[in-house]
Amino acid sequence: MATPVLRWCCPGRRWVFAGIGGVSRHGRGVPTGSTSSGKRGQSSVAQQPLITAQKPRKGEREWAAVVGLEIHAQIASNSKLFSGSQVDFAAPPNSLVSFFDASLPGTLPVLNRRCVEAAVMTGLALDCHINRRSLFDRKHYFYADLPAGYQITQQRLPIAVNGSLVYSVCVGKRRSQMVTKTAGVKQIQLEQDSGKSLHDSLRSQTLIDLNRAGVGLLEVVLEPDMSCGEEAAAAIRELQLILQALGTSQANMAEGQLRVDANISVHNPGEPLGVRTEVKNLNSARFLAKAIDYEIQRQINELENGGKILNETRSFDYKLGCTVPMRDKEGKQDYRFMPEPNLPPLLLYDSESLPTGTDPQQVINIDQLREQLPELPRVTREKLVQQYGMLPEHSFALLNEVGLLEFFQNVIKETRAEPKKVTSWVLNTFLGFLKQQNLAVSESPVTPSALAELLDLLDRKAISSSAAKQVFQELWRSKGKTPAQIVAEKKLELMQDAEALEQLCRSTLEAHPQVVTDVKKGNPRAINKLIGLVRRATLGRADPTVIKEVLERQLSL
Amino acid sequence: MWTRRVWLGLRASAGGRRGFPSKADPQGSRRVTAELIEHLERLALVDFGSQEAVARLEKAIAFADRLRAVDTDGVEPMESVLEDRCLYLRSDNVVEGNCAEELLQNSHHVVEEYFVAPPGMCCPKWLNRLSHSKLRMQ
Repeated sequence: MATPVLRWCCPGRRWVFAGIGGVSRHGRGVPTGSTSSGKRGQSSVAQQPLITAQKPRKGEREWAAVVGLEIHAQIASNSKLFSGSQVDFAAPPNSLVSFFDASLPGTLPVLNRRCVEAAVMTGLALDCHINRRSLFDRKHYFYADLPAGYQITQQRLPIAVNGSLVYSVCVGKRRSQMVTKTAGVKQIQLEQDSGKSLHDSLRSQTLIDLNRAGVGLLEVVLEPDMSCGEEAAAAIRELQLILQALGTSQANMAEGQLRVDANISVHNPGEPLGVRTEVKNLNSARFLAKAIDYEIQRQINELENGGKILNETRSFDYKLGCTVPMRDKEGKQDYRFMPEPNLPPLLLYDSESLPTGTDPQQVINIDQLREQLPELPRVTREKLVQQYGMLPEHSFALLNEVGLLEFFQNVIKETRAEPKKVTSWVLNTFLGFLKQQNLAVSESPVTPSALAELLDLLDRKAISSSAAKQVFQELWRSKGKTPAQIVAEKKLELMQDAEALEQLCRSTLEAHPQVVTDVKKGNPRAINKLIGLVRRATLGRADPTVIKEVLERQLSL
Repeated sequence: MWTRRVWLGLRASAGGRRGFPSKADPQGSRRVTAELIEHLERLALVDFGSQEAVARLEKAIAFADRLRAVDTDGVEPMESVLEDRCLYLRSDNVVEGNCAEELLQNSHHVVEEYFVAPPGMCCPKWLNRLSHSKLRMQ
């Protein structure tokens, strides 16, 4: 049987049922254990799609994937959600734990104002309806890192509902166009984080650190509006940028401040949705798209081979590059939700409903928070496109790297060069050097002022663009020297003496009569040879376009 | 015969509905199935070791059932006796913590400032039938 071509609604992509399909023909679905098939699996769901000329033949099934996301973002606050102990990533074990966090009897939760504000701001930024009245509940389950035996969350009536997250994906052959997509935000709720469990395999025991227990989390539930790993990754990225712009969360996946679970199912377009699986432990930005695509492919394989998808929880194994079943579930988990008896309803106000004569510390005004919202990434990008005439994808690139936008704006401030030139230099040359040496913008040896000065020299035509690149390289290598100094040292200034250039051109023409004949015969490449000769004669200190002009004039072309 | 959802329905708070009206079945069977006992033992870490315990559970359910005598159609449930109270908002300052030594004293078994969890605590298997008494012995 020929390799069936499976098409799922990723912008303009065709996915070929290659590697993993081969594996599943021998068994059922998931390649467990065998590293080689795992690796093959990884490569066939890599970001570069295998584009084939095949079109889906009649009778072959098309598949659509549906991806929903549950995101937990740690709130950037000084203290925890319901207690006054500190929030910190790295601290001696159990040193940031209060009696309440350790769930000692007689302790009660006291809500942190900052966490409520963070939730409201995030809800406003995602165009949600803010519930003026929201409730806290207990979600019961037993686990060593949950000392109380329950988590305080907002199951019945969360703080914000019905919003949307607008994000963009790259489409097109060269992936250079940006298409806007929207994922619905089902709800945002406040909840407690659990402690951390560390496995001491030496002594076969589990060690518990409660520093993280009780830290405030924002759970953002995205509707299943995404259809592949790339879209999910793009949505997550945009959410990260929004949270960082708002200051409500640092949203750093590597430090566990942003955790993602995906709900994935596949179906044939036009038919009802399939059974979904939940994939947990997607805590790396790099592997997020891969893991989701792997699971989609796995489900397609399974169904194509006549199998069934179980409604189960799976985990992504980074080493094997595949999802593996996580829990042995005998029926669904029963969390026995109940209202949190120690917390009254959370009431929020707007300017109209704000009660008079109350302590401002004790009331939260949604309108006031809305006015104080910082600029969202989407708006920043639009402004960049408007102000500097750059392409949308450039604005994305500028916001995608920490500190890059600020760097760009500082260069713009100090240089007279055109914004388009600055954009090109920052995104191509500067960013290129950074990436090559794996540096952050803050670690750059080149300051905005230095680049601004360099661009000024270029703008004034004091140096050629190839000379400018040389100067940049030197700037990168040797700290402290200014562009002007480097230009002087390396004698890279453009010849300002027009008469001298005319002389040089004339003498070159005289010295190479054969080439001149070629040019006059109409050979288009011959002139480049002449330009090259003149350039060498000027020791690279003349602009090729100017040389061409002079030569053409002298040859009366 | 009632299904176990009726009993659990009393606990869950899903808006204003409260299980089924009792008029049709005033003295219905209070038998609690073995399946339900297993489920409860797993969820609540209790040990229904004897028939006496099960009987006590059935009596407790019967007692709570008397609530059904009240017609609550159209009545908004009270979810919290605190519903008229103000929820106090605390300023985001660090005022607690730094008492690791004190907290660790509460635990029998510690290793270098970490609490030690009972064995099997982080594997799914432990969720199956680990009774209260067994837990205490560890």
